[in-house]
Amino acid sequence: MPKVTIDGQELEVPAGTTIFQACQQLGIEIPHFCYHERLLIAGNCRMCLVEVEKSPKPVASCAMPVADGNVILTQSEKAKKARHGVMEMLLINHPLDCPICDQGGECDLQDEAMAYGFDRSRYRENKRAVPEKDFGPLVATHMTRCIHCTRCIRFLADVAGVPELGGTGRGEDMEIGTYIERALSSELSGNIIDLCPVGALTSKPYAFVARPWELRKTESVDVLDAVGSNIRVDARDGRILRVLPRLNEAVNEEWISDKSRFAIDGLVRKRLDRPYIRRNGRLVETDWRSAIELAAERLKAVPGERIAAIAGDLCDAESMFALKLLLGGLGAASLDCRQDGARLDARCRPGYVFNTTIAGIENADACLLIGTDPRHEAAIVNARLRKRYLRGGFRVAAIGPALDLTFPVEQVGEGGEAVSALVRGDHEWASVLEAAKAPMLVLGQGALARPDGAQILWAARAIAETCGLIRPEWNGFNVLHRAAARVGGLDLGFVPGPGGRDVAGILAGCRSGETEILYLLGADELDLTDTGSAFVIYQGHHGDRGAAHADLVLPGAAYTEKDGTYVNTEGRVQLARRAVFPPGEAREDWAILRAISAALGRALPFDTLPELRRHMAVSHPGLAETDELLPGVWGGFGEVGTIAPAAFAYPVTDFYATDAISRASPTMAECRETFAREPATAPRTGTHG
Amino acid sequence: MLADRDRVFTNLYGEHDWHLAGARARGDWDGTREVILKGRDWIVNECKESGLRGRGGAGFPTGLKWSFMPKTSDRPCYLVVNADESEPGTCKDRDILRWEPHKLLEGCLLAGVGMGVSATYIYIRGEFYNEAQHLQVAIDEAYAAGLLGKNACGSGYDMDLYLHRGAGAYICGEETGLLESLEGRKGQPRLKPPFPAAVGLYGCPSTVNNVETIAVSTAVLKRGAAWFSSIGRPRNTGTKIFCISGHVEQPCNVEEAMSIPMKELIERHAGGVRGGWDNLLAVIPGGSSTPVLPKEICDTVLMDFDSLVAQKSGLGTAALIVMDKSTDIVRAIARLSKFYKHESCGQCTPCREGLGWVWRVVERMVDGDATVAEIDTLQEMTTEIEGHTICALADGAVWPVQGLIRHFRPELERRIAEYRAAAPREAAE
Repeated sequence: MPKVTIDGQELEVPAGTTIFQACQQLGIEIPHFCYHERLLIAGNCRMCLVEVEKSPKPVASCAMPVADGNVILTQSEKAKKARHGVMEMLLINHPLDCPICDQGGECDLQDEAMAYGFDRSRYRENKRAVPEKDFGPLVATHMTRCIHCTRCIRFLADVAGVPELGGTGRGEDMEIGTYIERALSSELSGNIIDLCPVGALTSKPYAFVARPWELRKTESVDVLDAVGSNIRVDARDGRILRVLPRLNEAVNEEWISDKSRFAIDGLVRKRLDRPYIRRNGRLVETDWRSAIELAAERLKAVPGERIAAIAGDLCDAESMFALKLLLGGLGAASLDCRQDGARLDARCRPGYVFNTTIAGIENADACLLIGTDPRHEAAIVNARLRKRYLRGGFRVAAIGPALDLTFPVEQVGEGGEAVSALVRGDHEWASVLEAAKAPMLVLGQGALARPDGAQILWAARAIAETCGLIRPEWNGFNVLHRAAARVGGLDLGFVPGPGGRDVAGILAGCRSGETEILYLLGADELDLTDTGSAFVIYQGHHGDRGAAHADLVLPGAAYTEKDGTYVNTEGRVQLARRAVFPPGEAREDWAILRAISAALGRALPFDTLPELRRHMAVSHPGLAETDELLPGVWGGFGEVGTIAPAAFAYPVTDFYATDAISRASPTMAECRETFAREPATAPRTGTHG
Repeated sequence: MLADRDRVFTNLYGEHDWHLAGARARGDWDGTREVILKGRDWIVNECKESGLRGRGGAGFPTGLKWSFMPKTSDRPCYLVVNADESEPGTCKDRDILRWEPHKLLEGCLLAGVGMGVSATYIYIRGEFYNEAQHLQVAIDEAYAAGLLGKNACGSGYDMDLYLHRGAGAYICGEETGLLESLEGRKGQPRLKPPFPAAVGLYGCPSTVNNVETIAVSTAVLKRGAAWFSSIGRPRNTGTKIFCISGHVEQPCNVEEAMSIPMKELIERHAGGVRGGWDNLLAVIPGGSSTPVLPKEICDTVLMDFDSLVAQKSGLGTAALIVMDKSTDIVRAIARLSKFYKHESCGQCTPCREGLGWVWRVVERMVDGDATVAEIDTLQEMTTEIEGHTICALADGAVWPVQGLIRHFRPELERRIAEYRAAAPREAAE
């Protein structure tokens, strides 16, 4: 291992370590712009220059591997002078319009200029001005501010896999752009806003909204897909203004999808801010007392087996727990958290989680996707798959309609037929998985949410077992969810009890009159046009499909407005935290259910959220283990039976509108319009663009 | 003066047939097989001993460069010939490509054997349209005669050769910028390390050599290192094509012995400076990026690597730009500044932002619209740019300006004073 001396401190580092990394180990900060630890090294900003003894020129520390015996000086006159010089060059054509720049206060250039800038400019010539570009509805451009670090180019090309940005022109006329003006078609495009060290790329919806020091920051998790991306929610005056990614190596590294970032303006639109009761076919405003009393009155009047409940995709575990406890106490067994009808089996935990783990993808060497489109169902998981692909030696195949995952995918079947062939061992990929060192399969909701889903689940288990995906040190069986509430619901057993009905059964029961009360806990992804004579209670935060068909609407809190436990597709328990209060008279969901229970005269045994959590921890200890992955016991799940040969249909048809929040978001609506007009996958013509 | 028998480029002026038959008559492709059979180590060693230094500008010892190529590699190795000659004042490779293409091709094969390459790429400047035509004809002739391709020259050695036309960017003449361009990307120099000998074209070990280097290496290998090193001074051996342009009676390309005095070179081959030697103002000795030398130095300086470096200039591509006393030296340097500003790839901050600044300041100094203090600022700016970038374009871009300040500062100050005298109000501000 090479031994180096940095500013008089000796250090031994593994071969291949760059000078920059070695300095980081010693806690020595080196200014930089183009360098980013998750991107390829460009070495073009020249800000990280250091002096290396015996080297005639200062050396770019981000790109230079250490050599044994290097004597490195990071604070020498020569190094400092070089950085001052680079800073001066960076600033001569930078507009210095910090007072009107959205990056102000969190700008790398501003920060470094404090350390390395001169207090006045020697530049007497005209500054460069660059025409604005249009990168679509999410990313605002002020290219005059661009310092050409190329982080955005490298991110889109490597991490997102959508090489749509590049440099055109030479020298001082070089511009970053999309060649032909068009919107960036990546689901991860918002991350280039975070990556941009200056204010050249900023958030369009957040333009001129706030300064970073005005914001109250809350660490939370995202619920718009089942990845459980760690986020920071920035709010001011009771309003969410932006969402930024938070570092979590195991989950989202430091990226989030555009939906997680930009759908938040849906949180203030179409909100349910007071209770409503349907009178004469119309929903009319009411007060909480009457609403709770009505709910209690109806629930009291109906025997338990005629009560059913469906939990939606955005529910926290606490509210599902409270609802299950409440209705279970009334004798209701028809509970389901699988709105889409996915035939998941709650009996065996490894049968419904992503066992390999998201970070574990990087150890796999073969991956079979069954009925899933990770790019649109879990963009962050897709980025991991791509990251693994870029390292080489990774074969990916998909069963389902053709996919563009930003990396090559072998199309090895359309649907049930290929799955049956794999079970028989009569398929090329059976031997590929068998031969692989760390094979994995990802079962998506596109395969599970159909009548033979349970049979496909059984088949996937059989494939996993026969092809060697299940080993003592490796579990390659994965279910990729797209609903943030799903794993939590399954953990809680929010599924039909003995004699209970599942989602399809509940809705059929409503039509036939056998189900008299339908309690929808944030369930919007259902066809509720015909609920017969059933009394529908909708508890949730948006006036979406569920509320539209309800007889009683109880306004709840969205994920940014309550403390809640969410379990991601890996089975990782994470806490979302309240950043703002729910609007109007809306209340936290568990409290609403607690109030109903009191009105029923069967008060739930908790008065506060911590008490609720203690109860939940007793019956479901796993849900108290936050940020940890508990090993599950492999067992039987799924059902034996025939599989229909029909092709799979991916669950996400419109990435920008998958739930009540994103459907209410004007930004997401703009994205839909932009990308519907110029779909990224449309065949390109000679006159395209 | 170089004796005719020591001349390597016997058809430099295109007086004879450049096709295969003519080239063969002049000795090209003669004894190639024998040299190949002497083996890889012999070739590299001979080249090392000859003292041949790269003719592209930097003057790196060629044999040493060849020896960096891995002896065994699980990936193919490539030789890349840099025919992207774009340095202002330089036109030596152009005549080789036009009139001596077979010498280059033979050199490719011999150098290729020396480095164990499986294919050679010649990256030719886009503007060299006719030259590319000649070269392609020559390649086709060589293939047809079994001199290239499978079992080249009957030696049992296989080497393919491809010609690639660039699109006319100066930066694509930088070796790693050239590789990027050859791979189909934007021509931007790569970070080093890794050096091309480890990770080069398509990620494989590669060596990039100048056209003249490769062409002259045939003579080195066929006539021997001892012959080559007997010409010129130690560390500055062999023959060299000098390109003489500017205010001389007969601008020309001429092959001469290394270390010939500049004055002798100009007077003997270019007919002398227009209006006599005493009418000389300055000479840029090695292509536009080398610092200008005033007449006092030109009187005695030798044309080779070491003596020009001792004068804080360089041999570069050995392209002399001669300027007589009628020259507006500031304007001349400003024009070069503009060229480099225009050709910067835009990757590194100091080069991208700094060269525009330098050009604009020098442009103002043409009229004297500046202050004396700005001369020092300009000098400091050039040091902020020099040596702070990935490639050497920025260095070459500021050297002419540094040379201007070093040797013609009184002229700059005179212009500033005159300008201020003519515009007193502005100056008073």
